[in-house]
Amino acid sequence: MSETAGSTPRVLYCRCAYAQVVPGDVKDAVLDGLARSSAAFEMVPDLCEMAARRDGQLADIARAVDPARPLHIVACWPRAVRGLFHLADARLPDAGVEILNMRAESAADLLARVGLDVESGSGPTTPQVPA
Amino acid sequence: MIAATVPPPRVVLYEGAGSAPLDPGERTRLLAALLDRGYAVTRAVPGGAARDDASAAAAFVVLGRFGGTVPDVHDAAGRPVHVHDIGMSTVDEAVALVEESRAGRPMNRPDAGAATWKPWFPVIDTARCTNCMQCLSFCLFDVYGVSPADHTLRVENPANCKVNCPACSRVCPEVAIMFPKYHAGPIDGAPVSDADVHREKMKVDISALLGGDILAKLRERSAEAKSRFSKERSADAALAERRRCLTKLADAAAIPREVLDALPTPEEIERRTAEAARKAAAARDAREHATGRAVQS
Ligand code: SF4
Ligand code: SF4
Repeated sequence: MSETAGSTPRVLYCRCAYAQVVPGDVKDAVLDGLARSSAAFEMVPDLCEMAARRDGQLADIARAVDPARPLHIVACWPRAVRGLFHLADARLPDAGVEILNMRAESAADLLARVGLDVESGSGPTTPQVPA
Repeated sequence: MIAATVPPPRVVLYEGAGSAPLDPGERTRLLAALLDRGYAVTRAVPGGAARDDASAAAAFVVLGRFGGTVPDVHDAAGRPVHVHDIGMSTVDEAVALVEESRAGRPMNRPDAGAATWKPWFPVIDTARCTNCMQCLSFCLFDVYGVSPADHTLRVENPANCKVNCPACSRVCPEVAIMFPKYHAGPIDGAPVSDADVHREKMKVDISALLGGDILAKLRERSAEAKSRFSKERSADAALAERRRCLTKLADAAAIPREVLDALPTPEEIERRTAEAARKAAAARDAREHATGRAVQS
C-alpha cells in the first residue's frame, strides 16, 4: 500500500490541540484548505506534546527532508518549532524546510505559501478564510 | 502526566489505489476530530505519500473506503495493522474505530479535562544559548540536564516542569528559553529584539530588587513560613501569611502561586539547589576542558 513521493510540496500541519495560542479560526481554515487539496500531508495534534515524548515520528520527518521537495511546517514561530525538534533529538536541516506561522499570518497567506491546489467538493471550493 | 501513558497510534487516511476518496467536508471533520482527540494523521493519496510508512516510528491504524474489500496490511516488523473500511461510517463511528484499536491503553489527550497533561516546558534556542547553565542552577525540579555527548544544556525532563511557570526564562541572560505555549513574545518563540534582550536582563535583576538571588529569597520565605506555621495555632492564618509574603516574588518573577505554594521544605530546596549547582559547575568544567583540548590539537 506504499505510495511513492510525487512532486507536490510536503506539508506538516500542527493542530496545537493542547492550548489556545494559535487562533482557532486560522488553524481551522488551514486544516480545511489542506483537507480540500489533493495533496498528501502529515497532521499532528501538537508538536509540543510530541517533542516532550521525544516521539520518533519527529525524527522520521526530519530525516525525510529533501531540499528538492521542500517540507512546509505549518505551526507557530520558527524558533520554537526548530527548538522542539532539537529537544526531540530530531535535527531539522536548514535547507528544505519552511516554517509557516499560524500565530502571525492569515490562513489565506499560509495556504498560498504552501502552494496546494484546492479541489472542489460538496462544500466551498476555496478555504474558509475568516473576513 | 505523560510518563504513565503510551504514545497514540498514528492514523493513516488512505485515499490511494483501491480506496475511494472522502468528500472534502467529511475529510475536514474527520481530520479535526482525530487531531482534537490526540491522534496524528497521515493522508496518503495516489503518487504522494508524505513519507514512507515503512520507516514510521509509531504503530498505525489505516482508514479507507475500500468498498467492502479490506486489504491485509503489515507494518515494517511484519505485525498485522488495524485496517478499517469507513465507507459506510459517520465521522464519529470512524473515530470510535481508532479509539478501539488502542485497546484501552492510556494516552495523554487534549480532551481529557483534568487528566490532560498540558505540554508546558522550556525549549532552548540553541543559536542563542551560551551554555552558561544559569537555568540549570535555578530550576528546582530537575527539568534541565547536560548532554553527555557534548556537555551542552539539555531539557532532560520536560514533564517535570510546572505548568504555566515561565520563571527560568527570566533568568536566562540570552533570551534563549522559550515556552511555545506562552501568550506573548519573545518567550513564545517570537523573534528577539535588542529591546527584549535589554528587558530580560532587567528581569534578571529582579534578584537585586529582592535583595539577593531569587533562590535565597525563596528559601528565606519558605523558612519564615515554616517557623510562623509552627508558632501559630491556625494553619489557615499561616498559609495566608505565606501567600502574602510570596506575592511580591510571584509578581516579579511571573511564578504561578501554585508553584510557590507547592515548594518543598527549606532543607529540600537547599539540597536541590546544591545538586543543580554541582551539575552546572561540572558541565561548565567539562566544556572548558573539551574546548581547551580542541584548541591544543
Ligand atoms: S509547535 Fe507551536 S503550534 Fe505546534 S503545538 Fe507547539 S505551540 Fe502549538
Ligand atoms: S540560562 Fe540561557 S544561555 Fe544559559 S544555559 Fe540556560 S538557556 Fe543557555
